[in-house]
Amino acid sequence: MTVSANLVDGVRRFRDSDVYYSFKHSPVAIVAAVVTAIFLISALFAPWLAPHRPFDPATVELLDGFTPPVWQAGGDPRFLLGTDDQGRDILSTIMYGARISLGVGFAAVAFAMVIGVGLGLVSGYLGGVIDAVIMRVADIQLSFPAILLALLIDGVARSLLPRDMHDEVAIYVLVFAIGISGWVQYARTVRGSTMVEKNKEYVQAAHVMGIPPALIMLRHVLPNAMGPVLVIGTIHLAVAIITEATLSFLGVGVPPTSPSLGTLIRVGNDFLFSGEWWITIFPGAALAILVLAVNLLGDWLRDALNPKLR
Amino acid sequence: MIAFIIRRFLQSALVMLTVGLIAFGLFRYVGDPINNMVGQDTSLQEREALREGLGLNDPFVVQFGRFVGNAVQGEFGISYRHRRPVEDLIAERLPATLELSIIAALIALLVGVPMGVYTGLHREGFLSRVFMTLSLIGVSLPTFLIGILLILLFGVVLQWLPTFGRGDVVQLGWWSTGLLTTGGIKALIMPSITLALFQMTLIMRLVRSEMLEVLRTDYIKFARARGLANRAINFGHALKNTLVPVITITGLQLGSIIAFAIITESVFQWPGMGLLFIQAINEVDIPVMSAYLCMIALFFVIINLIVDLLYYAVDPRLRIDSTAVGRHH
Repeated sequence: MTVSANLVDGVRRFRDSDVYYSFKHSPVAIVAAVVTAIFLISALFAPWLAPHRPFDPATVELLDGFTPPVWQAGGDPRFLLGTDDQGRDILSTIMYGARISLGVGFAAVAFAMVIGVGLGLVSGYLGGVIDAVIMRVADIQLSFPAILLALLIDGVARSLLPRDMHDEVAIYVLVFAIGISGWVQYARTVRGSTMVEKNKEYVQAAHVMGIPPALIMLRHVLPNAMGPVLVIGTIHLAVAIITEATLSFLGVGVPPTSPSLGTLIRVGNDFLFSGEWWITIFPGAALAILVLAVNLLGDWLRDALNPKLR
Repeated sequence: MIAFIIRRFLQSALVMLTVGLIAFGLFRYVGDPINNMVGQDTSLQEREALREGLGLNDPFVVQFGRFVGNAVQGEFGISYRHRRPVEDLIAERLPATLELSIIAALIALLVGVPMGVYTGLHREGFLSRVFMTLSLIGVSLPTFLIGILLILLFGVVLQWLPTFGRGDVVQLGWWSTGLLTTGGIKALIMPSITLALFQMTLIMRLVRSEMLEVLRTDYIKFARARGLANRAINFGHALKNTLVPVITITGLQLGSIIAFAIITESVFQWPGMGLLFIQAINEVDIPVMSAYLCMIALFFVIINLIVDLLYYAVDPRLRIDSTAVGRHH
């Protein structure tokens, strides 16, 4: 079969699937998907789509500072949502900010997923002492709120690093902190499915054929445990974006030189009292809409993949 | 029973020991404690003498033992920034955080439970849909954003409420309270609502699903068949049985309220422990950081221990198979 025939076949199979059917019949899911897609596209292609280049000092005019949104008196049609104190276009900074927010969010989710799924597979497949140790650590971690854990890891990591390195590594520290504080849900779910799958005949058959355990876990058990992982991943993405924004708002996240949505809100917060509300409210609204859309998608996916609800 | 309690205590002790190790490691090895204590003109000999005098040349285990010994007595050294003992700083800030957290927890309970009962009883009602939609939005709005919106509305536009600080406080011994003055209460309104909103949505959803569950049971149907008044069934029979999980979750949430207080305090410049901690992170004020780390860990460990032991006392099923206790089913 050629590549294009494969693709056509794949598309047809997707269109015949239950998930697509449920998607087609859920207006909320469609709207949420469209909103998420808009955010993803404008974040991904921000350098080409954004009306201005807000972080290029050559194109930013200080004289344009504090321009209100276009529909208010004193608005400028060049700046749809107004500008901040340094004359940067708010719409453009939001697009670039969403790039960082989504980037950190996806990276943290991927990190947590790899750790959580890995430990969950090992824990469920091998059992015994390893299982007991991993699950005990998971229990202990679950008794602390994720956001506190991320804050503590972030804080500790920052104090371990020399001061002048903070800004360069801040994003990696964030991804690590948010990822580490979120692996437990994946591990628990995957462990549960693994324990069910490992007693089924196909796994025993693979075992008898002499396939090494690592390969059995990855090639045979894992695909059957992926459904719930996707649901957790979607909802975790919303949590990760909120956590990143919160840490950045508290000043321990992304530095102002390459701001995320949270950093933008933090910076704009200083101008709230002098009446320039748009500098903080628009990034805030963008963040809230993005998180709401991702949350709704996650809710829908959970229902769509849950056979009990059909 | 005794084995279970001992195991839980050991686990708690292990957690505290780990956190203590991290806190000590930070305290001892990040930056040079001597450099943070003396001025530029101190000679190398003096530094070495100070080092020896403070026991910084002792073996690791001895130093860690001393750190734990001091920590148990509530001594965490001198804050690099404030130049004062950390325990004094914390004692000074503790009342602000506790007042904020307790008021927030009360608001969350007093509003969340009735909303949950209502949405559970009137599943399809218009108001229920409004509550459910609001709660979804509440989950999607980060805490700090809610705070900013409240400040914009009530602080900047309407100018009804103060936007930062505790207002007027009254000293009662070492405890400073803002609950006795109008200014203090006005200052408390926005921070406590901000902190309460997320917990409120959580409690509401929990009470709702528990109510739906209980209302389906046979004994409720039987109570209806007996012709009892709706009021007696809903509140006397149904609500009562939903309260055990609600109380447990609220207890566990008390810890996360204190954690979220960091954010709220930061938004409203509320002079509590959370603000102290955030400033400590930004300024790499290690003694304050390690003290906060130990305190919050201790707080969580105690809450979890109490909840676990209470569960054990309340739920007889946990007592039957002692082999399964403490393991996950």
